[in-house]
Amino acid sequence: MKPLILKGVRPYGEGDPTDVLIRDGVIAAIGSVDDEGARIVDGGGAVLLPGFVDLHTHLREPGREDTETIATGSAAAALGGYTAVFAMANTDPVADNEVVVTHVARRGREVGLVDVHPVGAVTVGLEGVKLAELGTMAKAGVRVFSDDGHCVHDPLIMRRALEYSKALDVVIAQHAEEPRLTVGAQAHEGEQASRLGLQGWPASAEESIVARDCLLARHAGARLHVCHVSTTGTADVLRWAKARGTEVSAEVTPHHLLLTDERLATYDPVNKVNPPLRTAADVEVLRRALAEGVIDCVATDHAPHAVQDKDCEWSAARPGMLGLQTALSIVVETMVRTGLLDWRGVARVMSERPAGIAGLADQGRPIEVGEPANLTLVDPDATWTVRGAEFASIAANTPFEGMELPGVVVATVLRGRVTALGGRIAE
Amino acid sequence: MKHLLTTEGIDPAQATAILDTAASLKQALEGREVRKLPTLRGRTVITMFYENSTRTRVSFEIAGKWMSADVVNVSSSGSSVSKGESLRDTALTLAAAGADCVIVRHPASGAAHRLAGWLREAGTSVVNAGDGMHEHPTQALLDAATLRERLGDLRDRRIAIVGDVLHSRVARSNVHLLTALGADVTLVAPPTLLPTGVEGWPVTVSHELDPELPGLDAVMLLRVQAERMHGGFFPSAREYSIAYGLSERRLKLLPEHAVVLHPGPMLRGMEIASAVADSPRAAITDQVRNGVHVRMAVLYHLLAHEEETS
Repeated sequence: MKPLILKGVRPYGEGDPTDVLIRDGVIAAIGSVDDEGARIVDGGGAVLLPGFVDLHTHLREPGREDTETIATGSAAAALGGYTAVFAMANTDPVADNEVVVTHVARRGREVGLVDVHPVGAVTVGLEGVKLAELGTMAKAGVRVFSDDGHCVHDPLIMRRALEYSKALDVVIAQHAEEPRLTVGAQAHEGEQASRLGLQGWPASAEESIVARDCLLARHAGARLHVCHVSTTGTADVLRWAKARGTEVSAEVTPHHLLLTDERLATYDPVNKVNPPLRTAADVEVLRRALAEGVIDCVATDHAPHAVQDKDCEWSAARPGMLGLQTALSIVVETMVRTGLLDWRGVARVMSERPAGIAGLADQGRPIEVGEPANLTLVDPDATWTVRGAEFASIAANTPFEGMELPGVVVATVLRGRVTALGGRIAE
Repeated sequence: MKHLLTTEGIDPAQATAILDTAASLKQALEGREVRKLPTLRGRTVITMFYENSTRTRVSFEIAGKWMSADVVNVSSSGSSVSKGESLRDTALTLAAAGADCVIVRHPASGAAHRLAGWLREAGTSVVNAGDGMHEHPTQALLDAATLRERLGDLRDRRIAIVGDVLHSRVARSNVHLLTALGADVTLVAPPTLLPTGVEGWPVTVSHELDPELPGLDAVMLLRVQAERMHGGFFPSAREYSIAYGLSERRLKLLPEHAVVLHPGPMLRGMEIASAVADSPRAAITDQVRNGVHVRMAVLYHLLAHEEETS
């Protein structure tokens, strides 16, 4: 592989533009660099960040290759600035065994645009009844386990999963939703859902599980990760749990940082997602919690869906929205432009913390000589208009359609190799 | 008016115009041997009912036929999903087959809104005949027509809506329409049957029926569906009846002129005592009768009148 020079880039958006030389997948020099045989990418003063890590992606393969494959999802990830993604276990068949997780990891390597880490199911078939073979999957390289889409609602199963995970040095990621409180739920329980006649998904259904799991994790002395935090109350619970030393981490999605249930008035299911879009007050709290570190990181919950599963009546539609190619821009819009995060902060929530939570040794590393060259170059001043049809994903279900957003991914570098450049997948 | 999807934000003048049309249609047809007007001759109206409902479907069908429209009924007990064909495809098929107006009843809230979106290019009008827990605008219009007959102008009239407001599309449509027409609306229900955020609605909320009764001009009872009785929303049918049923004793607490409404079908003995339902104070059969005229008026404003009002 030819050496690579990123010319005129600003690591973490700080200082004057400088050059970064990458050789053999590692940052070889920063400053005035020279290598005559190197490929040169002109940064034009863009911000250089560690490559993004997404703890929560649905790549849909195996099972729903009509909406996304590991190849198309990897391309979307690279274009979105990601160098590692965690592929959720709710595929068909479910990734609750060594065979499926190994297949997903291998397909990811074959495509080679982003490190694809399979998430293993916590329970067999995501049914919440019987622990899946966590140990066998951990041996096959699985670092994160989740029944995402379903809550591990039985407190005894959750306790056992947390306890068992300790010996494996893995983390259990919980989709916090008390199922008895969300039977038939369609929208955030509040004024808007009441007006629209949509069955409510109460905030307390999330908060009560997060509170319970924080107590269980502390009791078990285990680590817990909370998926897609969506409410003020959950942020409060996390703050409390962290203050008393519970090993809990949490993620928030870009859509929960920007959108509210006001969007539901059209009944267009492109806005249907689980957990549901909440209120403006929740959005404000989530942004601040992310800035303060109460919520550790941003995860996309990238969820491709076929047209027929969205272009229908609200209650028949599947929940979920695309996220990989819009995440950075939403973070710039909601966190950077508001002054809540600087670029160091963006590096923290998009790369360093998620890599740390999952225990990835070669991701989320400092931009320093000798470190692996997993990097993302961002033009902070450019804007672009979202067009779902132009995404690398097969599906096009983006709620941000037509929005003009700030922040453009100029290039993504995976172990020294350019995977995306100027909005195109690098050949 | 292109569609009738909701009464939320309805222009009081528009609502009054529909109610006035309904009243004139009623007058014009009264005592006629042949109850048929030529107004919608050559127009095709299709009813699409994804929920069982004899009352509403028949009322729309008669309304269309009395206006000389060609009325076609499509019904399905299952949802579009369980039938296999999507709601969108069914709607586009019916529009392509020549429907000028589609009247839809569907268990999904917002189904009529979605339909109106899909039929934008076809130019087909959509009437919401009840969508999930959202709205049932023609029910609210026929309730208002009935109240106007008995009480005159509804401005400052005090009207209580009693029962399962949470799940009721009738309640939502009535709250919007009655308040738009200037009435004071009180919702009376146990907290379990009131929607979250009801404090933000332009209504008064009460958990007790008796103290409300003496000041009312009308009381509107809502259906209690069987599944709610087993859903833990209240302890028992008996306790519900004791707290919220319109008994003969409660009827006496109402002023002489007050009207009793029920959208039907009624649970006699539980929601309403038989003697109350059959009393001259109850306007329940008037509601059904007015339903036809109101739906004629809606079709008229959508189809015959569209050039002037759209």
